Amino acid sequence: MIDLPKPNPAVLARRDEILAALHALVPDGPFGQGVIGDPHRLRAYETDGLSAYRQPPLAVVLPATTGEVAAVLRYCHQNGIRVIPRGAGTSLSGGALPLADAVVVGLMRMNRIIEVNYADRYAVVEAGVTNIGITQAVSAEGFFYAPDPSSQLACMIGGNVMMNSGGAHCLKYGVTAGNLLGVKFVTIEGEVVEIGGQHLDAAGYDWLGLITGSEGQLGMVTEVTVRILRAAEGARAMLAAFRANEVAGQVVDAIIGSGIIPVALEFMDRPAIHACEAFAQAGYPLDAEAMLIIEVEGSAEEQDVLLARLKEICARFDPISLRVAETPEESLAIWKGRKGAFGAVGRISPDYLCMDGTIPTGELPYVLRRIGEMSDSYGLLVANIFHAGDGNLHPLIMFDANDPESFRKAEAFGADILKLCVEVGGCLTGEHGVGVEKRDLMPVQFTTAELAQQRRIKSAFDPQWLLNPAKVFPLEGNPALASAA
Amino acid sequence: MSVATEALAPADEAGIVEAVRDAAARRTPLAIEGHGSKRAMLRPVQAARTLSTAGLTGITLHKPAELVLSARAGTTVAEIEAELERHNQMLPAELPDFSALFGHDRPSTLGGMVAANLSGPRRIAASGALRDQVLGVRAVTGHAEVIRSGGRVHKNVTGLDLCKLLAGSHGTLGILTEITLKLAPRPEASLTLAAGVADLTAGVAALSAGLGSPFGVSGAALLPRGAAEFGLRGPTALLRLEDMAQFLPHRSDRLRQVLAGFGTVALMEGEASQSLWRAVRDARLLAAAPEQAVWRLSVRPSAGANLAWRLEKAFDARLLLDWGGGLLWVAGPATDAAHAAVMAAARAAGGTFTLFRAPDSLRSAVPVLPEEPAALAGIAARVRAAMDPEGILNPGRMHG
Repeated sequence: MIDLPKPNPAVLARRDEILAALHALVPDGPFGQGVIGDPHRLRAYETDGLSAYRQPPLAVVLPATTGEVAAVLRYCHQNGIRVIPRGAGTSLSGGALPLADAVVVGLMRMNRIIEVNYADRYAVVEAGVTNIGITQAVSAEGFFYAPDPSSQLACMIGGNVMMNSGGAHCLKYGVTAGNLLGVKFVTIEGEVVEIGGQHLDAAGYDWLGLITGSEGQLGMVTEVTVRILRAAEGARAMLAAFRANEVAGQVVDAIIGSGIIPVALEFMDRPAIHACEAFAQAGYPLDAEAMLIIEVEGSAEEQDVLLARLKEICARFDPISLRVAETPEESLAIWKGRKGAFGAVGRISPDYLCMDGTIPTGELPYVLRRIGEMSDSYGLLVANIFHAGDGNLHPLIMFDANDPESFRKAEAFGADILKLCVEVGGCLTGEHGVGVEKRDLMPVQFTTAELAQQRRIKSAFDPQWLLNPAKVFPLEGNPALASAA
Repeated sequence: MSVATEALAPADEAGIVEAVRDAAARRTPLAIEGHGSKRAMLRPVQAARTLSTAGLTGITLHKPAELVLSARAGTTVAEIEAELERHNQMLPAELPDFSALFGHDRPSTLGGMVAANLSGPRRIAASGALRDQVLGVRAVTGHAEVIRSGGRVHKNVTGLDLCKLLAGSHGTLGILTEITLKLAPRPEASLTLAAGVADLTAGVAALSAGLGSPFGVSGAALLPRGAAEFGLRGPTALLRLEDMAQFLPHRSDRLRQVLAGFGTVALMEGEASQSLWRAVRDARLLAAAPEQAVWRLSVRPSAGANLAWRLEKAFDARLLLDWGGGLLWVAGPATDAAHAAVMAAARAAGGTFTLFRAPDSLRSAVPVLPEEPAALAGIAARVRAAMDPEGILNPGRMHG
């Protein structure tokens, strides 16, 4: 289990007074209470997408406006109260895990789409709008918002900004950071700042880039201006299955080397293929060691040309099967198993940890071999799903949460995989964030001087370390947090 | 009027660390540069010593199948582009070459381009700005420490993104020593549709129509007075398509239909199309006279036409619009009054400006970039102190 800083007894003792003060700042609205203090209702906020860790907060406040967010942060700053920003609570790294003496500031009531401008290709939305909600708002005009994390039905754009979320289509369309124009940012002092705007590349320091992916360490975002893009005429997928991970890895190299950038290039290993096939009956080849799902975009004729070229490349590597979708329905069938992968693994094992390292794509065969060896030595099953174009690896480690020893082993196995990712030239997290989950692994990737430099930047925004403390940066050797505890 | 008298050009990163440590101990400011190709941008740095990264050269990693390249900061852009061309790849940000604009032949280095975050016409495509293609950096901070941020993989959210903070910080927060970039395959073919338009408003509307089409427009510029050397007369909207050669005829036919209502459309292909876009990229089509100041403004595209009209009225500005109409290159008299008009126009349009080129007398006397918002001023000062506690890195380059 992860260490959390000791609650501040002085804050805990003032609980009733704090609840009353927050309630004065955020009144109840038509959709419910502005402040939650009832212990039973606080349980709903005790965890996020990383449900192995739980800790109810002191209070939850649900502001409806930027002004209310600013007032809450100003009050917390003046009173030395820790703040946990929260969107939909879908973080897989424990980014929204509360502390016992902290106020959770949830943005789900801020869910308005404020403006859509097709001529200038942007949308201004509140932080609590879901990721898919943006695309749904603009799809009738043929536009979309590009980053598509697999939680996109639930996750909110404010959380996407804070985690710099990715998705399956990053190779072509980039991650959240590349698809933003501006944010409304609230500092811990309660000051509201417009950063960026409706234009590209604001002059001066790139505050927008620094805030994106900062995991709630620097301030809160209440409004986001995103780029919207015109969607391609259509998309179609193909499936290719091979006899070995090494072979599929060579195919990925050959595709990128050919100058074709597919819009998605997904890899699944044998356990993942079997789990998904049992769950979704998508017709995946059970005799394959590795499978690729490749998707291309363009007009129908362009799709034909690209898929024919890709088929030709795959055919050079002795595939077990090659299946090109002829219709959108056949594309959906190919994607069906992959999209249900998490549910599929959940059916085999009641509990699993979803890891998120990134590796240089050429290291895939070696990394999968090492993960296989670790799986044997820990005695835990693992299925690997990989965004092969961009190197983002998602091993799903299966364990039994009712057995503390099994959970401990799964955590150790996960840590070993992430260390391996760093060892081969990759990183601890490609899109889920550090959160609490990978906090104590940060020294594997960064030197003491590098961590100290990042902490100094954090301190420049949040000198008292009130914002989402105990995440991202190891507690050890952190004087700012030690003195606050 | 740069006062630098002594130039240090270490051969490696350790030499940069040593020079910074020495300067920090003595609290002597350093002017940071590569070959000094952008020395005339922004404000002149008041420093007795220049510290150059020009000695840190060489491509350290190129994995074509992983679309990744690393190079030391002093490597010239020309060397990197030659290497990529051999592998049919490119830097998607389409790095501009401003030697003509600045009137010199000093080469641009990768470190300088990233420190200034300069991107060309392809900025509007999904691949984004140069800073979006920076996967990792090594840099020396004012603490005389080497820090890394990011890495050599495409997806990385580990820790605060100091790559973004350093890109575009013009050497005021740290000295980049090595940079890793995301690459793209070089498109097999490209072509340009040039639409004669009635005026700038119609021109920006034509660009928006093209960018709102599903045909993958990768360049969208507007020439207010055409370009005689390319046979383009009167206001002309340019839309570029790049992809596999066999895809382009169909797409260009469809895009032509989109543009039908705006005016006569001419097709440019091959070298004619490519040299036209180089001239847009490098702001050569602005045709700024040597004595004129040059500004670069970024606004919401549909605000571009009105902004251009306002500046033409204020001081008979010469103009070139890129990025769908949102990027305005402006040339005009190097006076306080013209600069005040640019600042006011940028503010009124909700956008941003850079005084890109001006005589020392003007660029030392006026804000060359917008002021930080008041609520960020304290944070900005603390961030600067966190990166460069003695204030020795390019002091005064961005703000007076």
